[in-house]
Amino acid sequence: MSDLSVHIGKLILKNPIMPASGTFGAELTPLLDINRLGALVPKSVTVSARDGNPVPRVCETSGSMINSIGIQSKGIDDYVTHQLPAYRKFSPPLIASISGETIDEFETLAARLDAQPDVAALELNISCPNLRANGQAFGMSAEATAQLVRTVRAITDKTVIVKLTPNVTRIQDIAQAAEHAGADALTVANTFLAMAIDSETRKPRIGNIMGGLSGAAVKPLVVRLIYQVHQATRLPIIGSGGVMNGQDAIEMILAGASAVQVGTATFLQPNAMTTIIDDIDDYLNRHQIEHLTDLIGQVDLS
Amino acid sequence: MKLFNAKIIANHPINARYWHMILDASMLDEHVAPGQFFHLQCGDAQQNPLRRPLSVFHYHQASATLEFLYLVKGSGTQQMTQRRPGDYMNLIGPLGRGFTLPEQGALLLIARGVGVATLHALAREARAQNKAVHVLLSARTANDLLTATALAEIGANVYTVTDQEGTSNLEQVRPRLEQLIHAEKIGALYSCGSRRLSKLAQDLAEKYHLKGELATEAHMACGIGDCYACACTIRSHGQLKTARVCSDGPVFPIEQVVIQ
Repeated sequence: MSDLSVHIGKLILKNPIMPASGTFGAELTPLLDINRLGALVPKSVTVSARDGNPVPRVCETSGSMINSIGIQSKGIDDYVTHQLPAYRKFSPPLIASISGETIDEFETLAARLDAQPDVAALELNISCPNLRANGQAFGMSAEATAQLVRTVRAITDKTVIVKLTPNVTRIQDIAQAAEHAGADALTVANTFLAMAIDSETRKPRIGNIMGGLSGAAVKPLVVRLIYQVHQATRLPIIGSGGVMNGQDAIEMILAGASAVQVGTATFLQPNAMTTIIDDIDDYLNRHQIEHLTDLIGQVDLS
Repeated sequence: MKLFNAKIIANHPINARYWHMILDASMLDEHVAPGQFFHLQCGDAQQNPLRRPLSVFHYHQASATLEFLYLVKGSGTQQMTQRRPGDYMNLIGPLGRGFTLPEQGALLLIARGVGVATLHALAREARAQNKAVHVLLSARTANDLLTATALAEIGANVYTVTDQEGTSNLEQVRPRLEQLIHAEKIGALYSCGSRRLSKLAQDLAEKYHLKGELATEAHMACGIGDCYACACTIRSHGQLKTARVCSDGPVFPIEQVVIQ
């Protein structure tokens, strides 16, 4: 047995595998051994209840899918009174993904969740491409990112993870802005703004016209982003985008990720995450590597 | 609900657009209600990363067989047609909330297209409990009138209408249904497969104060209630709210469904 544990800010995860926000819930209990995960990431929470976007909210594209759910949330009160207690029976640390349309909303959410002992860390969803007109988001501006992260940093000592958007010209600039503003870790990255059209009906295949692309097809793009961010910052990186198996997860770790999120793969195989943990363990044994951390950023460029 | 592999016993076309798949479901250890669905991996995960939700056409507990009637529509269902007897399908299920039978009276089922697959399971369940079943089957052509013979064989009264014959328009269908409601002691209405017919069923249920249920469908991702991809609007206690087709449905009380 190799040591799969990794550090993300103040958190020590027993292994690097966790769900990507929006793809995980307690409903998976009969199909997945949730206690084996490195961390839990329930769906993003917003201050007030939101209904989400028009349907269709998902469509399938080659080796990938587009979603535009629109953060369907019952609001922070319900999250604290109903959702957090539902995860109390599981042992992995809980990372609360929070989303807002203003800095004040992020501040409100961070303050509420800072007081919750069940929350081990916050993941700031500054990058969801659905929230603002034409896909605009905080994460597209280094200044807005810095201001937001500074605000949240000032009110919580919990681990703060910033989930970056890939829909930027230079992701390194946003990563550095988050680092200087006090982030503990970065998730690289959210989904890629995308669009698909039904050629028969001429209609967009997503109700919201555009959505976020995820799945196997985006993995090489994300490996590149992880590599670039790893070169530009010292923060631990959580890779996210298109991991379907253990080999994909190792690839992200070699590019510089300390941990890996799994999303689309869970839709196809609800137990994908535990299979990936087993794959990683096999890989480490096969290569006689004692600690997974020895692999982080070890892409061989010689 | 469980995740399991089921061996294909048969998989063949029944006409130009529809296929019938029979699976060995001996792995299943829970009841499957009419109106519930299974989430199927169609084929190559790289090509089709999303599962397809298919409602149960027939679940026969004694022989442990599970049947689906599917419309070949896109690359996922296309891949399903390539599967041969002896191959395995990967399934999650049974999922969602199914139909409930009326305490009293006959059932009136109003189905169009592949919607009949869902209602067929209900007809069987009702006939097994010796309830009278009337089915109005609507389709584009006589060729697309699926399972009319099978429904008649289990003792359902089947009435067919088609676009081809010009008998499927609401002006003709409505009086036929009203006549059945009056003549056959209908206790409940059920519909699936057509927005137009579902709206009609909703009107009739309200007008004649009948119990009713609609089976809805949606594009899904997880299929188990986590992702909110399959959201729909329902009317509950006078208020509109969002529900999940996969886990709050796919069958809803007829008065709750908001038909767009």
